[in-house]
Amino acid sequence: MAQERSAAIVGIHEYPLRVAPGVSAMDIKIDSIRAALDDAGLSWGDIDAVYDAGDGEAGGGLQLSAYLGLRPRVIDTTQVGGSSFEFQAAHAWRDIAAGRCRVAILSYGSTSASNRVAIGTGSMRAMGGAGNWQSNMELPYGSTLIANYALVKQRHMHEYGTTTEQLAGISVATRRHAMRNPDAVRAMTDLEFVGVNEITAQDVLESRIVADPLHLLECCMISDGGGALVIASPEVARDARKPPVWIIGSGEATKYRENGGDITTSAGAQSGPAAFGQAGVSPDEIDIAMIYDSFTITVAVCLEDLGFCAKGEVGEFAAGDRLAFDRPGLALNTDGGGLSSNHPGMRGIFLLLESVRQLRGESHSQVPGARLAVAHGNGGSLGGTHTGGTVILAKD
Amino acid sequence: MPKRPQPRFPEPNSQPFWEGVREGELRYPTCDACSEVVFYPRLHCPFCGSRELSWKVSRGEGSVYTYSVVRQNRMPGFIELGAYSVAYIDLDEGFRMLSSVVGVDDPTRDIHIGQRVKVEFEPQEEGDYPIPVFRPI
Repeated sequence: MAQERSAAIVGIHEYPLRVAPGVSAMDIKIDSIRAALDDAGLSWGDIDAVYDAGDGEAGGGLQLSAYLGLRPRVIDTTQVGGSSFEFQAAHAWRDIAAGRCRVAILSYGSTSASNRVAIGTGSMRAMGGAGNWQSNMELPYGSTLIANYALVKQRHMHEYGTTTEQLAGISVATRRHAMRNPDAVRAMTDLEFVGVNEITAQDVLESRIVADPLHLLECCMISDGGGALVIASPEVARDARKPPVWIIGSGEATKYRENGGDITTSAGAQSGPAAFGQAGVSPDEIDIAMIYDSFTITVAVCLEDLGFCAKGEVGEFAAGDRLAFDRPGLALNTDGGGLSSNHPGMRGIFLLLESVRQLRGESHSQVPGARLAVAHGNGGSLGGTHTGGTVILAKD
Repeated sequence: MPKRPQPRFPEPNSQPFWEGVREGELRYPTCDACSEVVFYPRLHCPFCGSRELSWKVSRGEGSVYTYSVVRQNRMPGFIELGAYSVAYIDLDEGFRMLSSVVGVDDPTRDIHIGQRVKVEFEPQEEGDYPIPVFRPI
């Protein structure tokens, strides 16, 4: 292929536990950075760039660098919710290509489950503190995060005739992948899922409604967890322990509630084409789609916006088990996703980690010969202010 | 009476909106330079950057663009409400606001996209500001 290959993911680690009482978010980050360096065959002193979303107690690139005890040449504290890691990976690629650094680390740690954080069912902004231009207009109505996504699903169903049974295909395929991933099985066990087994569309339809029209089995879990990845220059990548996975395209975008706007189109409609255009590949060439699955509707809208199917046609595209790894065509969220493997609050890093596993041939639901993957993060809140961060990845 | 959270001040963008609500009016800013409707209210026009805005009064009628019914909310003030709706309302003057559709027997059955609604100002158990909600016409 003709793309410029100027930076690669060379080391990865996903923290195995989803319920980790007594462990801090910083512990998870540090353990993960150490393990990702080891995976790459690199050492602590090789790090010269730190990308951090300010999760854990770190407070961003400055505080994390101080805690690590490093003097990086590049510090980036991009915080755009769950898609922060797609943005950061793109920035690391850009910074390495410009010669500003050689070995970049991205890390994430969270103990949302152990801390009993009600991410989905608490109101969208916590009580207390000063009002701002958005909170003063929203807080009185008690819209939860889940309801905010439900607003999108309701409109999608209305405009295009999409059904819950069709979108349940996303939950069904994802759960099939989770049941093949021992860490995901343990996650569902530790988080006391009602049934740790494969599910059907009927199971999704019969699960209780949390916010109409979103059912429980269309919503991601709240877990602990984290991970890290190392992005490096071609010279470093050639000596790494594992085959490099190249970043070949990226796009970023924001979207928000607008007068007369179309809520069924996400920021991915801008970030996706930018990423595919830069990579010089088209959606039908992609083997693996790692799409942020906070909810079924998030995946549905983003699949359309990235161009895997036309707007309004995702119901048919996702129905049944068509997106499972062992069916022809695109494979979706082969690690088990946020729906069934882990969601500590900002899932974007796991989209990159599983993409790398697939392109190395290391996934539990391996697609034979997978060559190209897309990791697409949706940060913020789909029915309101949100981001889209798209990264295209290629096997060596 | 409901116990919805109150807006918090000082907050200059939304203060004129809420003063309007207290006087029984649904107010919205428009841009003097490019005539666009600015909502949520801001101290600048997001279309052209102008700082010259004028407040107008809406007739308070519009349609449901989309809605959800919240069955589970752990926030104080909503835990006791039972199932309640949140909705984006497209007002006839061209602005979209988050609100709630009230006054229906069963929000899971009696609300639909495109439904015509009109604003009313719902008194609250605590605080100075009623909250604008919408009732089917």
